[in-house]
This record gives sequence, structure tokens and C-alpha cells, in this order.
Amino acid sequence: MRKLALSDEILMQVEKPARYIGNEINMVVKNPKDMDIRFCMCFPDVYEIGMSHLGIQILYDMFNRREDTYCERVYSPWVDMDRLLRKHQIPLFALESQDPIRQFDFLGITLQYEMCYTNILQILELSQIPLLAKDRTEDDPIVIGGGPCAFNPEPLADFFDFFYIGEGETVYDQVLDAYKENKKNNGTRKQYLEKVAEIEGMYVPMFYDVVYHEDGTLASFTPNNPHAKPKIRKQVEMQLSDTFYPEKPLVPHLRAIQDRVVLEIQRGCIRGCRFCQAGMLYRPIRERDVEFLKRRAVEMIQNSGHEEISLSSLSSSDYSALQELVYYLIETFQTQGVNISLPSLRIDAFALDVMSKVQDIKKSSLTFAPEAGSQRLRNVINKGLTEESILTGAMSAFESGWNKVKLYFMLGLPAETAEDIEQIAVLADKIAREYYTIPKQERNGKVAITVSTSFFVPKPFTPFQWTSMDSAEDFLSKQRLLSGKLKEQLNAKSIRYNWHDAELTMLEGVFARGDRRLSSLLLEAYKNGCIFDSWSEQFHSDAWKKAFGTLGIDMDFYTTRERNKEELLPWDFIDAGITKTFLWKEYEKGQTETVTPNCRKGCAGCGAKVFHGGVCYEPRNEAGETL
Amino acid sequence: MNVRIKFAKYGTMKFISHLDVMRYFQKAARRAELPVLYSEGFHPHQIMSFASPLGVGQTSEAEYFDLALKEVLSPAEICRRLNETMAEGMQILDAAILPEPKPQTKQETAMALVAASSYLILRKDGYEEEVPAELLRQEFVKFLSQKEILTIKQSKKTESTINLAQFIFDFSADATPTPYSGEYENGLAFYILVSAGSVNNIHPETVMRAFYQYLSREYSPYAYQLHRLETYADLSLKKVSQAEIAERAAAGTMPKRHLVPLMDYYNV
Repeated sequence: MRKLALSDEILMQVEKPARYIGNEINMVVKNPKDMDIRFCMCFPDVYEIGMSHLGIQILYDMFNRREDTYCERVYSPWVDMDRLLRKHQIPLFALESQDPIRQFDFLGITLQYEMCYTNILQILELSQIPLLAKDRTEDDPIVIGGGPCAFNPEPLADFFDFFYIGEGETVYDQVLDAYKENKKNNGTRKQYLEKVAEIEGMYVPMFYDVVYHEDGTLASFTPNNPHAKPKIRKQVEMQLSDTFYPEKPLVPHLRAIQDRVVLEIQRGCIRGCRFCQAGMLYRPIRERDVEFLKRRAVEMIQNSGHEEISLSSLSSSDYSALQELVYYLIETFQTQGVNISLPSLRIDAFALDVMSKVQDIKKSSLTFAPEAGSQRLRNVINKGLTEESILTGAMSAFESGWNKVKLYFMLGLPAETAEDIEQIAVLADKIAREYYTIPKQERNGKVAITVSTSFFVPKPFTPFQWTSMDSAEDFLSKQRLLSGKLKEQLNAKSIRYNWHDAELTMLEGVFARGDRRLSSLLLEAYKNGCIFDSWSEQFHSDAWKKAFGTLGIDMDFYTTRERNKEELLPWDFIDAGITKTFLWKEYEKGQTETVTPNCRKGCAGCGAKVFHGGVCYEPRNEAGETL
Repeated sequence: MNVRIKFAKYGTMKFISHLDVMRYFQKAARRAELPVLYSEGFHPHQIMSFASPLGVGQTSEAEYFDLALKEVLSPAEICRRLNETMAEGMQILDAAILPEPKPQTKQETAMALVAASSYLILRKDGYEEEVPAELLRQEFVKFLSQKEILTIKQSKKTESTINLAQFIFDFSADATPTPYSGEYENGLAFYILVSAGSVNNIHPETVMRAFYQYLSREYSPYAYQLHRLETYADLSLKKVSQAEIAERAAAGTMPKRHLVPLMDYYNV
């Protein structure tokens, strides 16, 4: 029988012991003694969140297909377990073998959002691995970072041996083979990192020197090792229908946030919303073949036993074989008690038909993400959703029996005025008015509209990477303004308002566009007791403020400061395909409220064509539209 | 048709909560491709009911649930298919097709039938006390041989004093571990058969706490592994309604107990 790293007594003292025992359905079991490479994959947040992440499932499957490699997993121990591990000095362990992580060859950490950064330090410390890469010895695991936040890895530079920039399917084999080779030749850690630095997409921060101007901006960013490249090209998997995708997903015993089969139908987005980092990073859009998806859907349901399947993509409505796929899933699964969930659908006749088949109209709601209240501001951010299409979509849904609407907006977008904010309230009210034009006897009770706002955070590799972010005070006054305007509306009683925390958003803003000097801020905040910052009850604003104070770091330098065109940005050494020239042009077009058509309507010349595939190479007519 | 399934939960799976065990079997039934009957509506669910929840940390070789199927399948086939998809620490032990309920009556749930449960209580290694094991065994027998054991029973809302003695049907201070309970080197293992179900549910920990109070010693909830050996129905109540049972229990005129494992209820 499996032996656990923790005693019964320790496990019985924590809230959810199942987080620490592994043994999930489809967990891979190998004998560590027979392996050349032991890799521990980490999602630095609590188990139920980490287990919901598709990327790790893909890499877990991919690594474990190698006969020489055993890939295991670890998630952030919750605060109750954190205390016990420290008290008893138990090293953090991987779920599969329950062996200490410090015995592994690699610790790979996925970076999905900035507010999990302190958790990375927790993982390292509990694993008894030196926090700083420069302090690690030949016996310590190599610590790798990857995922969307690796596109600006600089705030984490001191803690990682290297970063994998881009999609994991492409060169991980080279990374692991080089390790084996180096081990065979009795090479050192440094020699291995030099080999890694030569693989496309790999960034070894200690091989670069950074010099700053007196005003704090970057003066230069240059390799200090002959093996390091001046520019790091992001990795893109161009064959999405002929690559790794787990047939046997891991099924946790605890209810994960994403307790379902996730079918990623495409990667990338054609829309080009100017605030959206994912829409830029994952260019060009690449679809998976519909037959591939049908096969995987059936296999994954069969092998997991999940009662729900969900399509995943940035904008599902743009998937060309969506109707075929969705009707296939309904037909195949509906008699088997499997629910189908369809996030990010544009509300049209097809969407309403499908939704009426897979959801209870009385309970489900329509979701729109106009992001900005006025058409003017929607043009600034290039969000191609018009008021007319929202009202028509809502009305046809109301006529089919729906009465709940969710609306998502951002506050603090560039060039936002009080008028733009007021328009959010007006739009919500217009939707309610539309509802009440339906004769009373045909209506399905009262309409319920939920308005949610988040605060805009400018992100690297978007046209808004240069822009000024609002201060916490600006955010709060905008929130109050909107709240007041919503109350003035005729249908105020039908409208609910949800909002986000401003202080946490400011911190996200700091790290999103931060530089290398923030590594010490992170360390200081962690020493002040900060972990699980994205969990509001664990977020200690004062401890963070103290860390800024101790180190004399000015938050505004990273947040409210507008960058000029010439400034060397901390992430400029990464070549994400999209060019800086394109991003600047888009920034300017935003300022003149000019819309850029989506990739299928016409090519905007972003630069992603260098990847030789996807939408960039779909056949087009004379007007430049795809056929 | 309805099938009753008996399973063991042991090893590391003892840390999975009852709610998660229910979800586990819903997924397992689908992986095993059992012809499960689903409820109507937009969110169809399996018609599955568990006999008796097991606390986190406890092990068992007598967990039961009933499941509605839309097609006939042999019990052996049901066991085989489910066992092919079990995680280590979960094992299907037996299955039986339940007789169809009489017209206009509902199927009795496994939960309603539960009348008693038997447990092994094994001392874990590392929790030996200065008192010799032999003395603890003797004291255990003395303690449970009393006519009256007044103890406080806590439920979510109320606290009441009960006479534990009348709910303990059998006991031993020299029990034998099973492959599912695991074995500890120190060798101390108790056995109890206690009242269970919706009316007078006695938790083995209540018994152990009372025992330690009797010893005037401190009880550590981590010191013992609780292991359910069997879950019983009472045949003497077979044709008696729930309301009547409650009435007769109050009046003290219950028929003489005839306990049979839940699996055998319809075969005797």
C-alpha cells in the first residue's frame, strides 16, 4: 500500500486532508528508481484550483509518456498545513511518490497570475530549496517558470534558474534530453543552464545584466554569457490537432473548481481587444480539427467519468466548426447524463438554440462582456461589441424565456471619462427597459441584471503596455460614481452591482509591468508573512505597504506612470511574434478611437505571420477577408 | 432495477470525505459504463443512495450504496466493471440485485434499514500509554459489562445524557485485525457492535471517550484507528413501519433483535 509523507495525526488536523494524499484517478505510477529524470510540476495555489488547470494536465501527460521521466505534482499547502509543515520541519513532497521535492531534478512552476507570486516562495522554502537561484547548489532541483506571466518574468528573475517562454508542447524534450546528456557527462548546473540558454524560447535570467537610468527606467539589458541570446523567441505549437492532449485526465477526489472535462477547441483569438494580453500572446489563432476534438471528448468522458464537458477558448464563437462540434456533443452525451457547458459564446440564434437545449432557461443567465459602457470607449479598446448587438441578443433571449443577464465591465480603461462610466448604468437600464417592452403576460417574472466591474491593469505585450494605470483612489471614486449612477436608473431595483478589491489590483499592476528589482520586494513581503494574496481573507495590505516602505520602492513608478515610446521595457527582450511597432500603432489608433478589424476580416500585420500557420495562412478574397 | 453494492474504503482513501465518496462513485459508475438510470431534467443525476456516512479518517469494509440501473446486469459483472476503475483504497466487495418493491410502495433505502454497526478499534503505533495493554483490555471488558453507562451524547443541536450500555450489543477486548483495517505492531484491538441508523446512532468515538473518562485518562482522537466491520439491518423489523419503530422504541416494546448484514437482508 502507498505510504504517505504525513502522519494520520497531521492529516487529521487540517481542513481537507485529501489535498495532500494524491491517489487520484489516472494518476501516473512509476518506480522512481528506474527514472533518469524526476520532474515535479507545481501550480502555486491551493489544490482545488491547481487541479483545474488544463496546461498542467497536458504537460503531465506529455512528460510521463517519456520512459526516462517521472512527472509528479505539488500544489500550495493551505495555511493550516503550512503551519504544520514548518512546525514539524517536514519537507514539502510530491503527491505521487510522496518524496521530498528537494530530491527531484526539476521543479516546474506555472505562472498563471501575478497574485500567486508569494506562494512560489512558500513552495521553495517548504521544499527546503534556496529561494535565490544564485544560492542553489549542484544538489538542488532546477527551478523552471512557465505560463502567461513568464512573458514578463523579470519580477521573478532572482528565484528561477530559467523560464520557458511560450507553449510547452514544443521544446521540453530538448530541455530534458540536454539535462540527461549533461548528467551523463558529469556536467555542472551552470553548464546545463548554458545548454538550455541555447534552446529557442529559454531564458536564463542570471546570464543577463540590467543597467538602469537615474530615473529608474531601463538603460540596457544585455547577455553576460556567450551562450545567452539577446532575444528570446516565444514557443508556439503549430500542429494543435497532432500534439499532446491527455486522453486520461486526472480526476481529483475533492471537488475542483473545474470539475469537468475541458476541451480546448482552439488557441489564440482573432479579435484584437487592446487590453487583452492572452489575445496578443497566443497569436496566431490556431484551431484544433473537429474530428480530433470529437474523439478526445468521448475518450476523456469515458476515462474520467466526469458529468460535464466544457469547451475552452478565448472566443468560442469564432471556432469555424462550432455548430458541428456542439450538436455532436449534445447528441452523444445528453442521454448519458453529461452536461455541456459553453462559456464565451456570442449571443445569436445558434447560441440561444444550444443554450435552450443544454440549460434550464429559468436558472441560467446570459453573459455579455462589453467591457466599456460607451461605444466611444469600446472603440478605444477595440471591443467589437455594439450596443445594438447586445440589445438584439438580449431581446431574442428574453423572448425565448431568459430573464437573467450578467454584464462585465472594466473601470480605469485609458481615456475613460465620467460620461463613459455613466453609460455603463445607462446600458444596464436599457437592457431592463427592453425586457419590459414584452407584454406582462408573456414575461417570465422580473428581469435581473448583474453588473460586475474589475479594474483595468495594463499588461505587457498589449497596445496599452505604455499607458498609465489608475491609482487606488481613482478606482474607488469611479466605483462610487458608477454605484450612484446605477441607483439613479429607472430600473435600479433590477440591477445588482459587484466589484473588485482595488488594493489587490494595484499590486497586480506593479508586478505585471515590473522589473528585476521587484524580486526583493516579493521576498520582503513574503518575510512579512504574505502568502495566498489572491485570497481576500489572507491578503495583508499593511504587510505589503511595509515592504514597499522598507525597500523604498515607489508603486507609482510601476502603475500610474505613462511610458514613452522609446523606453526600453523590461520584457522587450522577448520576441512574442507581435512587433512593438504594431503594438504602438494600435495604441495610437486607440487614442483616436479607431477600430482594427479582426484577423479574419483583414490582416493588421501584427507580426504573428512568422509562425507560418493559423489564421495568417487561411485563404482570403480580394478584400482581404478569409473565405 | 436497483442494485446494492458493498465496498471497502481503506488505506489513504480514508481521508476522502463522505460527500466526495458519493461524487467518486458517480464518476466510477460512468467510467465502468454501468447502464445507470438518470433522473429527468436539465441536470440529470444518478439515483444513488448511501447507507451510512463514514467519518474522515475511518476505514471500513462494509460500506453500502444502492444504485438504480436501467438494464439488467449480473452482480458479478457489476463488481468486475467497477473494480477495474477503482483507486487504490477502494474495492467493491459484493453486489446484489434488490427485489422489485411491491406496486405502489417505494424501494426501502439502504439508509432506512441500518440498525447496527460493528467496529474494530485499533490502537495506532506510537500512542502506547504507560498502562499495560493487558490492563486496558481488562478495563474495557469491565467498563462495557456495566448495566448503566451514563454518558453525554452530543448532536449538532442538542446534548443529552444516555445510557450507553443499552446500545452496545456485543464487544471484545481481543479483536483480530483484517486486511482492510491494517495491523499495528502494538496489537491492541477492541471490537464493538453498537446501535446505528437514524434513531440511536452510536459513534465508536463516543464509546472510546466514555471509556477513557471511566479510566480517568485523557483520550486522544488520533490514538485509535476506527474501522467499520459490518453494517446490519434488523430482520425483526422487516414489516414494521418507521413510525411504528419510533413508537415501540419509545414504549420499550421492541421485538428481539435479529441482525443480518445489509447485503443479506433480502436473502434470509
